[in-house]
Order: sequence, then C-alpha cells, then structure tokens
Amino acid sequence: MEHEVSLDRVYSPSKDIVARDVMGELIIVPLASGIGNTEDEIYTLNETGRAIWDRLDGRTNLREIAKSLAREFDAPPGEIELDIQGLIGELFHRRMVIAV
Amino acid sequence: MTRENPSPYVVTAPASSHRVWKDRAPLIGRLDMELTERCNNNCIHCCINLPEDDKARLREMSKDEIKRILNEAVALGALSVRFTGGEPLLREDFSEMYLYARKLGLKVMLFTNARCITPEIADMLALVPPLEKIEVTVYGMTRGSYEAVSRSPGSFDEFRRGMDLLLERKIPFIVKGAVLPPNRDEMEQFEEWAATIPAMDKPPSYSIFFDLRCRRDSPEKNHLIHTLRAKPRDGVSILSRNRESYLKSMREFCSKFMRPPGDSLFSCGAGHGACVDAYGMVQPCLMLRHPSVVYNLKSGSLKDALTRFFPAVREMKATNPDYLSRCARCFLKGLCETCPAKSWMEHGTLDTPVEYLCEVAHEQARDLGLILEGEKAWEVKDWEERIRRFSKNIPG
Ligand code: SF4
Repeated sequence: MEHEVSLDRVYSPSKDIVARDVMGELIIVPLASGIGNTEDEIYTLNETGRAIWDRLDGRTNLREIAKSLAREFDAPPGEIELDIQGLIGELFHRRMVIAV
Repeated sequence: MTRENPSPYVVTAPASSHRVWKDRAPLIGRLDMELTERCNNNCIHCCINLPEDDKARLREMSKDEIKRILNEAVALGALSVRFTGGEPLLREDFSEMYLYARKLGLKVMLFTNARCITPEIADMLALVPPLEKIEVTVYGMTRGSYEAVSRSPGSFDEFRRGMDLLLERKIPFIVKGAVLPPNRDEMEQFEEWAATIPAMDKPPSYSIFFDLRCRRDSPEKNHLIHTLRAKPRDGVSILSRNRESYLKSMREFCSKFMRPPGDSLFSCGAGHGACVDAYGMVQPCLMLRHPSVVYNLKSGSLKDALTRFFPAVREMKATNPDYLSRCARCFLKGLCETCPAKSWMEHGTLDTPVEYLCEVAHEQARDLGLILEGEKAWEVKDWEERIRRFSKNIPG
C-alpha cells in the first residue's frame, strides 16, 4: 500500500486493531484479518513510538504533534518530524492507523 | 525473544515470549472459560457433557456476567481467553461473546467439535481471526466409528461440514483425537489425514486415560468410562509409538519435573491462572471442582480469587495417610497424573492416590527403565541417580 505521510494530515488508530495498555506497555493486538503474519503475533511500540501514538487523537495533525513533542522532550523538531513520518508510514502500511 | 525486526519503532513478538507476559507477569495471562457444560454430542467417554437441552442452561452465566469477567481479566493483563465447554458454540450468543473478547484485545482459543460451525460463524472467524489455532476433537474417521463415540446421529456429517468451512476460509485449526474402542484401529488413518491439515505442524495429541465425571454426577457414566480406559500397557505403547522423539522428550521432562512432592498438594500451575465454569464459579484448574477450592465470582472478583483465595489454596497440605506414605514420597509424581483434580473426580477428596493413574505411571516408568518389575516408586531410595542416568542416557 503506497502512501506518502504528510505532516499536515491527521491520523488516528485504525479500527482493525485493538491498542491496550498492559503493565505500562502499549500492546497492539490485530483485530481484522491480514494484519499479523502468524496467529500469535502482537506488537509493541518503542518509547518514541508510544509518545507519538498517545497523541493520535484524530484531531491533531502530525506537525502539531511534532511541535508538542519537541517542546516536551526539548529536541529539534526536524528530528522528531522524521521519527513521526517513519512511524506513521510503518503503522499505515501495517493497517494500524488511518488517515482521517 | 523478539523476532528479527528491522523497524526502529514497532517491536513484533510472538505473544508466548513477549516480555510483558514473560518478565512482568501480570496477574493472569490466559483466562479459561467454560461457556456451557451442554453438548450436542453424547460421547461415551465424556467427563462433563450435559444434554443439549438440559435445564442447566437456566443457571449458566448471562452474557453480561461473561462480559464483566472478560473486562476484569483484561484489566488484570490477560492476553487470551480459552472458550471451552461442553460445546461452547451451543450458546446462542457465542458470536457476540467471541467478538466482545476480540474487541477487548484478547486472543481467543476455541475448543470445539466443529458441528455448530455454520457459514456465518466461519465468515466471522475469517474476518476477525481468533489469533490462536482452533482445536477440534475428532472422534472417528468414519460415520460408524464417529457416531459410535458421539452417540449422536448426523454428528459425523456436521463435523465434516464444519471442518470444510474452516478449510475453505483458511482458518487455522488443529485436530486432536480420543483413543476409544470404536476408533482404536483408525489411528494411522487419522494421522495421515491430520498431516494434510495446513496448520498441523506436529502429529495430533490424544486423550487416552479418560477422566471420570468431573461433577461426580453419574455412577453409570463412570462405570462406562472405566471400561473404556486403555490398559496401562496399551496406553504407554500409544504414548511411546514414536519411540525416539518420545524418549527425547521424556529425558528432558524427567530431568526437570520428577521428584517427590512432600505433603504439598499443588506442585502444578493450578491457581496461577483461573478457569471460570459455566455458572460463574472460578476454579484453580479446568478439572478441579472440589467445593473447598472454587470461588464464586458472582459475589467476588477475579482479582480477589487470584491474589487471596488461590494462594491460600496452593498452600494446602495433604493429610490422607495413604497419600502421605505413597505419593508424597514418590519420585514419579511429575510423571503421574494423580493430582487434587483427579482425586476429586475419583474419590471426592483432594488427596487420595488414584490407582489407575498409579498403575499407568508405574508402567511408564518401567518402560523407561526407571523402575524394575515389582518395584514401588515410593520405596525407591536412589531415585535421583536413576533420573540422572536416564536423562543423560547412561546405560544402567
Ligand atoms: S505413581 Fe502412585 S504413588 Fe506415585 S504419585 Fe502417582 S499415585 Fe502416587
């Protein structure tokens, strides 16, 4: 699925997955068919991924998310934007987020 | 262990080895749930089934009760639920319960005879996969043998149709057998067929040493089950028919799990998970229904059962002198299936040796060379040395 991630777009978690917080970790469990490769595969995001995921509220675009993360972590926005594009691209490819 | 994972953001891992469940151990990993004790089969060897239209249906948990328990299991960290029975698909609200569990982010293990799998249910399972292989028990390879076990006319065709619906939709399932007089000669045929099922990555497992009725509800049925049990020697021949792989796994098993348990009743995992029966009682394991070790979820919580009630159960000690002079001192304890659940089913107690299982364990130990003809395992003094030699394959 080719998709160019745009920082001006809003993304939200897909209804094809269930995101759960288990012991402080974000666990993504496939709901619809065709997401995992094997029947017992589940997914976790790294710390950066988790921080981005928590901000995917279906209203805020990625550029705004990058700004808020740059403020919070005192990091250069350019770097954070790259991380966001990488993560959202991968999650979109895996059908775990949708563009709103 | 995490799979090779090129992504810097998304960590992919099989649930069985995911660090959350492995290292941080939430209160519960899997919840077992019997949705009903009723079944559309009436299998000759079954330890639990009630008739399909039994009035027990009126006492079964409502769907709201089931949902409440699933919610709590998820809040406590459960990753999966096993729906079993009886025949879980007999519940009219099965699809609703299934989808509810999946939408909570639970994987679903389903134990079924496949007879109630309709095109609609198969479509649902294809669209929202259970994320665990479905497990189907097969009672015979022909209509004659299958229905001699199921005692339910038409059941063979329905089971085959259910399988076909799963196969057509590529829904992963495995098959299991039960070795009984009507199908005993079909094992080879069964295994050849099982090998053609795409999700079967190893030969099927079998029930051989059947349990008595777990509600202790029918002396007649118990009598029948007694007559169906494999003789210890025959059972052990079935267990060890793939001799090399059997010996390899037994060497590994024995080095890890065989030792006298002392007076502790529970040396297994009972009470670390939770099994909810069809009426909302939670048991420390699927088979253990002794009234002193089950907990009523209608007036309590899973958390209370797991953090207060079951830990106290696990501390229970055996007091039966027969048990203390035999099982407590017996190094075959890991091999032997005598346990509080079997003791309950056979004798109505938690700590009575089960003679049939004792004979099976001794037969198995003789076959492995761990004891000699006529030896009683609880009298063996040099058991550690025997296990060491066996595990390392040192001739004795
Ligand atoms: S083999 Fe016999 S004595 Fe040993 S644990 Fe089993 S029932 Fe008890």
